Amino acid sequence: MSDAEARSRTVDPDALFVRLVRAHRDLSPEESRRLDAALVLLLVEALGDPQRLDVAIAAARTALGKPVEPPEEARE
Amino acid sequence: MRRVNPVYPFRRPPELAAGRGSAPVVLVGAGVVGLTLALDLALHGIATIVLDDDDTVSVGSRAICWSKRTLEIYDRLGLGQRLLDKGVTWKVGKVFFGDRLAYEFDLLPEPGHRMPAFVNLQQYYVEEWLVEACEASGRVDLRWKNRVEDLVPREDGVELRVVTPEGDYRLDAAWLLACDGARSRVREALGLPFLGKVFRDRFLIADVVIEGFEMPAERRFWFDPPFHPGQSVLLHKQPDSMWRIDFQLGAEADPEAEKDPQRVGARIRTMLGPEVPFELEWVSVYTFRCRRLERFRHGRILFVGDSAHQVSPFGARGGNGGVQDADNLAWKLAAVLDGRAPERLLDSYEAERIPAADENILHSTRATDFITPRTEAARAYRDAVLLLAKDHAFARRMVNAGRLSTPHSYRRSPLSTPDEADWALGPEPGAPAIDAPLPDGRFLLQHLGGEPVLLVFGAEAPAIEGVRRVVVPAEGLAAERWDAKRGTTYLLRPDQHVAARFRAPDPARIRAALDRLWGRAAPGGIA
Ligand SMILES: Cc1cc2nc3c(=O)[nH]c(=O)nc-3n(C[C@H](O)[C@H](O)[C@H](O)COP(=O)(O)OP(=O)(O)OC[C@H]3O[C@@H](n4cnc5c(N)ncnc54)[C@H](O)[C@@H]3O)c2cc1C
Repeated sequence: MSDAEARSRTVDPDALFVRLVRAHRDLSPEESRRLDAALVLLLVEALGDPQRLDVAIAAARTALGKPVEPPEEARE
Repeated sequence: MRRVNPVYPFRRPPELAAGRGSAPVVLVGAGVVGLTLALDLALHGIATIVLDDDDTVSVGSRAICWSKRTLEIYDRLGLGQRLLDKGVTWKVGKVFFGDRLAYEFDLLPEPGHRMPAFVNLQQYYVEEWLVEACEASGRVDLRWKNRVEDLVPREDGVELRVVTPEGDYRLDAAWLLACDGARSRVREALGLPFLGKVFRDRFLIADVVIEGFEMPAERRFWFDPPFHPGQSVLLHKQPDSMWRIDFQLGAEADPEAEKDPQRVGARIRTMLGPEVPFELEWVSVYTFRCRRLERFRHGRILFVGDSAHQVSPFGARGGNGGVQDADNLAWKLAAVLDGRAPERLLDSYEAERIPAADENILHSTRATDFITPRTEAARAYRDAVLLLAKDHAFARRMVNAGRLSTPHSYRRSPLSTPDEADWALGPEPGAPAIDAPLPDGRFLLQHLGGEPVLLVFGAEAPAIEGVRRVVVPAEGLAAERWDAKRGTTYLLRPDQHVAARFRAPDPARIRAALDRLWGRAAPGGIA
């Protein structure tokens, strides 16, 4: 069992899911987006390692079935 | 309207009689960059013909924020004091989100520099004074109402077709300096691509005279203020009780309708309150782009300023970047023309200024992206940063309302001699000289000029041909800022950037560094 797996077994996954959803309970869709963005920024800061952000972005994009690298912006 | 632009007279060019003529150096575009370059060349002894399709200076304030480095360049050219005297000096910026202060910065926290972080001054003043100085130099043939219509590049120069109110003529230029701005005709005639990023949001830019309006001299930027909801606003103080206000209008705004003085007036009244009387001086609606040419040198044609690169105004990098191009090119071209340096020295112009342009484009693009988010996700992150900024230092550092122009270091320049000794501080090879007060009551930069200088701390400087010597004490603020001990020696370029530095004034090493500076050393080789 890896360290990460060991750690993730000590937290209650259902409770974690509920906590994230609960934080949005009284928010409009726009406020929810802001809250998520604020959470991401705070968590990235807490991580203190931009490389782990890259890994997480790659994993999240893969989960959505998108290529890891977004396309280049058009030049005109 | 109070401001009346000067109108410069059209003088009949002598070439009109025969239909053609020739000149060693022709400069197209008497904008702020072209005039700066012509003046710098004149001070290096080089005569130019300057062709401009107009007969006046900038209409409206346009570039208003002149950075410390630009002020130092103008000081070298003899205009620094005038900019200081007339301009509004500032160094503090404030960023608001809604009606709350989100972030505040101080651009020059330490004293002991001749020039401040920024001076605000309308571009037309700078251009007027440059015109005067060019005329006074006796080496600049300023030709108003002379439009470059077409050109044919050749191995040894360029043939220009020039159109004037009294007819056309052909002008053979051994060297052509294209300072003809963002819509460069020279660039177009050569068919050179000018690609980059286009921003869709429109901005309303206004010069407003407000008598007796009390506000500290600082830059103020609002995201989503109550008086202009959902958009941003930038406010700058200028001389003559003039204020510059930039309103973001969004991508859907109708540029013609937005220029209507009634409509602009209403926006300003909402911002200032109904009791503040004001007068509209100039209004314009813009969209912004960030882009550059792939190369700045095309044989005998060199692109300088907005013709070579274009940025959005957030960060004040357009005018400042262009003036720094001119500062980089003038001494090199002068040295090539009078035979002190081989022609390949001019390749270092783009080797040094393309990275500088890229730095300006990067910062200006990022700021414009932050200010004008294009997607819901971008807007959510932007707003989250602004909301977190009050309590979280990391978020404050992400607030990007324009990263203001800082001097560029020619770090990887072929003209720089890499350090051998260890240096904790001080300007690295490629970096501009750092100012400091000296015991004689003047500033260090005032002792430098437009030629190579050997700056030695607390020791005798060796005599080296073609180099002026400046000796300063090995103690004090200057020595501290330059990481200097007794014997520390810096070789400075004519543009006051560092070419090389040594712990002792060793003539052989200094000569080798000088050869490299003039492009006389074999490329890549160390003499
Ligand atoms: C609203 C606004 C705000 C800005 N704010 C700032 C700021 O705060 N700080 C900053 O540093 N920069 C700022 N800039 C950018 C700055 O104004 C430009 O970067 C600067 O003017 C570029 O100078 P230039 O001499 O290269 O070009 P220009 O000033 O455009 O001059 C080009 C000249 O070439 C002439 N010309 C063009 N075609 C021909 C032809 N075919 N023949 C002969 N002559 C020709 C034109 O008449 C003109 O005189 C701002 C720009 C705008 C629009």
